[in-house]
Amino acid sequence: MKVNLTVNGKDVTADVEDRTLLVHFLRDVADLTATNIGCETTSCGACTVLLDGESVKSCTVLAAQADGREVTTLEGLGAGGEMHPVQKAFHEEHGLQCGYCTPGMVMAIVSLLKENPSPTEADVRQGLEGNICRCTGYHNIVKAALSAAEASK
Amino acid sequence: MSILGTRVIRTEDPRLLTAGGVYVDDLREPDLNGAVRATFVRSTVAHARITGIDKTDALQQPGVVAVLTAADMSDIPPPPPADPDAPPAEGPVPLGGVWSEPLLAVDTVRFVGEPVAIVLTDTTYQGEDAAELVTVDYDILPAVPSIAEALKDETILFPEAGTNTAVTGGGDISDDSIFDGCDIVVEGDVVNQRVACLPMEGRATAAVFSGGKLTVWTSTQNAQISRLILTAIGLPPDAIRVIAPDVGGGFGAKIGIDRDTIAIAWAAKHTGRPVRWVETRNENLLAMTQGRAQLHHIKIGGTRDGHIKAYRLEVIQDTGAYSRMGGFLPTLTNLMAPGVYDIPAVQANYKVVVTNGTPIAAYRGAGRPEATAAIERAVDWFAAEAGLDSAEVRRRNFIQKEQFPFVTKTGAPYDSGEYEAALDKVLQASGYAQLRAEQNKRRESGDVKQLGLGLASYVEITAPDPAAGETGRVDVREDGSAIVYTGSSAHGQGHHTAFAMLVTEELGIPMDKIEVVHGDTDLIPEGIGTYGSRSLQLGGSAVHNAAIEVRDQAAKKAASLFEAAEADVTLDKATGSWHIAGDPDKSLTWGQVAASAEGKTLTANVNFTADQPTFPFGTQLSVVEVDTETGKVTLLRHITADDAGPVVNPILIDGQRHGGIAQGAAQALCEEVLYDADGNPLTSTLADYAAITSAELPSFELIRSETPTNLNPLGVKGIGEAGTIGATPAVQNAVVDALAHLGVRHVDMPTTPERVWTAINEARKASAK
Repeated sequence: MKVNLTVNGKDVTADVEDRTLLVHFLRDVADLTATNIGCETTSCGACTVLLDGESVKSCTVLAAQADGREVTTLEGLGAGGEMHPVQKAFHEEHGLQCGYCTPGMVMAIVSLLKENPSPTEADVRQGLEGNICRCTGYHNIVKAALSAAEASK
Repeated sequence: MSILGTRVIRTEDPRLLTAGGVYVDDLREPDLNGAVRATFVRSTVAHARITGIDKTDALQQPGVVAVLTAADMSDIPPPPPADPDAPPAEGPVPLGGVWSEPLLAVDTVRFVGEPVAIVLTDTTYQGEDAAELVTVDYDILPAVPSIAEALKDETILFPEAGTNTAVTGGGDISDDSIFDGCDIVVEGDVVNQRVACLPMEGRATAAVFSGGKLTVWTSTQNAQISRLILTAIGLPPDAIRVIAPDVGGGFGAKIGIDRDTIAIAWAAKHTGRPVRWVETRNENLLAMTQGRAQLHHIKIGGTRDGHIKAYRLEVIQDTGAYSRMGGFLPTLTNLMAPGVYDIPAVQANYKVVVTNGTPIAAYRGAGRPEATAAIERAVDWFAAEAGLDSAEVRRRNFIQKEQFPFVTKTGAPYDSGEYEAALDKVLQASGYAQLRAEQNKRRESGDVKQLGLGLASYVEITAPDPAAGETGRVDVREDGSAIVYTGSSAHGQGHHTAFAMLVTEELGIPMDKIEVVHGDTDLIPEGIGTYGSRSLQLGGSAVHNAAIEVRDQAAKKAASLFEAAEADVTLDKATGSWHIAGDPDKSLTWGQVAASAEGKTLTANVNFTADQPTFPFGTQLSVVEVDTETGKVTLLRHITADDAGPVVNPILIDGQRHGGIAQGAAQALCEEVLYDADGNPLTSTLADYAAITSAELPSFELIRSETPTNLNPLGVKGIGEAGTIGATPAVQNAVVDALAHLGVRHVDMPTTPERVWTAINEARKASAK
């Protein structure tokens, strides 16, 4: 079937198998490889992207379900060569180690801060429950989220 | 001013944060154009004879290039005959002979997830479809799902061996007189459960065989060791190039490579097609090596005033279906058995048994967390029995600062330590006395939510193989930039930032002109890689020494260019320029000095070895709240003083501590790999395996402590595993402490609500009798 998405502001159209997952469309058709696959069961959040501005786990969304809609991935987050405040905060606070969960984490936090621009630490910890990181113990990810919230004020 | 010890944010990050890393599945190398996808057909049963494999239907599927089984592997040379000089079963090598593990199952499968066949297809989806259609006929055998079943030796997994016990070792534990004269003796069994390593990127490999050369990109902690392992498919090392691209976590499970990766490399060579394999999480939870899986029988004795006199640890290691590491893991558990305590009599032994579980190998700590968990639980048992505070009992038994270097009764040569200081720091920072007061208040009022304080004072062994060393090469080029080649291998630790800091410290070349390269055997043929918290102390020391060698070479070159004596030449590290005494107008840049060298490059290549391992240490305190009605445990605070010597970069060391604590707490609180009685895994997706999340953890409170070692020029020890080693028993001890007044003496890990609730109710029933 033909699927047409706007990915990071660009039109991407392709004929794909009906069962094509959004994450595979992004990685294999749009050739945007920042979005990683971590579990295939909507558990780990490594594949989190924004669909019409809201975070979704792209390993359990069909590309067809995203037809005609806008997707933002990590690659599309910065503007004018500048990192997004959440990306900057991850760098400043050492919010990443191996980097594998990072694209999904960053997108999840962008979405979380949109819904709640002034979260408490508990809000951030609850809000990120669906994103697993195995390296950082979440400590600096939580710090980065809080500091990005502060910086965005 | 020295850059060492200062907060330097990572050079690795901008790329990872804006474009994402380049993991195996992201590689777009021209050599991999048209690569076929590999999908494994894996055993669906725990133990069976294979009576037939039918590829017919699969081969007719669209996009199928080949279906390969062990029968196709006739081009692999037989393994060399047993080497009489081979390392003992204690070494970290697979057991051969009757215990050996094939690349693909030959006639028997021994765990669910064992690779049986490889399907090569044009696309991933085609591979999943076709793999379903490979029919494997199994003649089911009884399963050995646990240590208890293995020990019965009723069903033997390797009939030629005649037993499920693969290795035994350690000392004699038969002399019970070591407990004579003890006022208090406590004894019991403790389970150190099987857990998943769970790097966020699972295993992944791409391979190309072209022009007689095999190139393998693989998610590994050790490119160079992987190259040696790959010679098993019948190629000499110099016909193999292994590249570690970005690696999405390892935690021990990516030391070297697994049979699955060797089989993929063989498939590329066998078919002549580039092959790529990226495992699913389900495959990862079935077939990536897992960790811990020990059963302990512990006995501790001492005097009523809190002095420990004797300790015994019997370890039974479940090694899973194949012994990937011989007796290595429990050997380390035995070695580290007495922990931080000066105990006059210590006995430890081990037994390794095979079961129908996923093979067990290194997981963050690899044998040492188990030792710490055992002794720290035992010390709390002893303290409870003596009616003494657990902090006080630890203090009374610590090896004292002036006793270092100290060789334990199990033969561990501890280099340096200040155990009591670490404990004091934690007690003070946590407000221990107030916490105990709060605990008493809640106990007296019968609060539903009880408070528990858990201590763990630990020592661990890092760079356990110091003689293997690590390589480091520093080149300074005529453009004034430096390039560092390290045999160590980063997968999140921040090697690139840390090693560049070491070079800028010695050479004054700015960080942004220093490139660090790792994980490519064509560029770095010699190296060991990353495990056992060895990177900074061995790899970092190699880079440090290489930088100094380059500086010495440069001093000679500069002297010659200045036409001056070498003694009159100085390096201004602030500006990265060379000067001559008495003539401030004359200076040379690094580029000018390098241009005068042979090949216009100054270079030094160092293999740094140390005489002995190092022994970092610390104390961790966990504060938990336990809901006595539901059994739910909430980790409220976790305070640690972890001492791994001088700090090179505080954000990197603290990052290692954070991650380690989370993984340690995860074992104590929620994570466990489970099998049913038939050996079927019950935790083979992340919907079932309870990986710890941000919602179950607090922010951690870290206290700095720096006791140098004299075993390397940086004075550093390893920090990668310390967090995990301390956190597991600290959290577990806290849970038990919360319930101690109810009569609970022990709760096995993970301390799930069900287990805690059951322990409370059993204790209540017992006290009502």
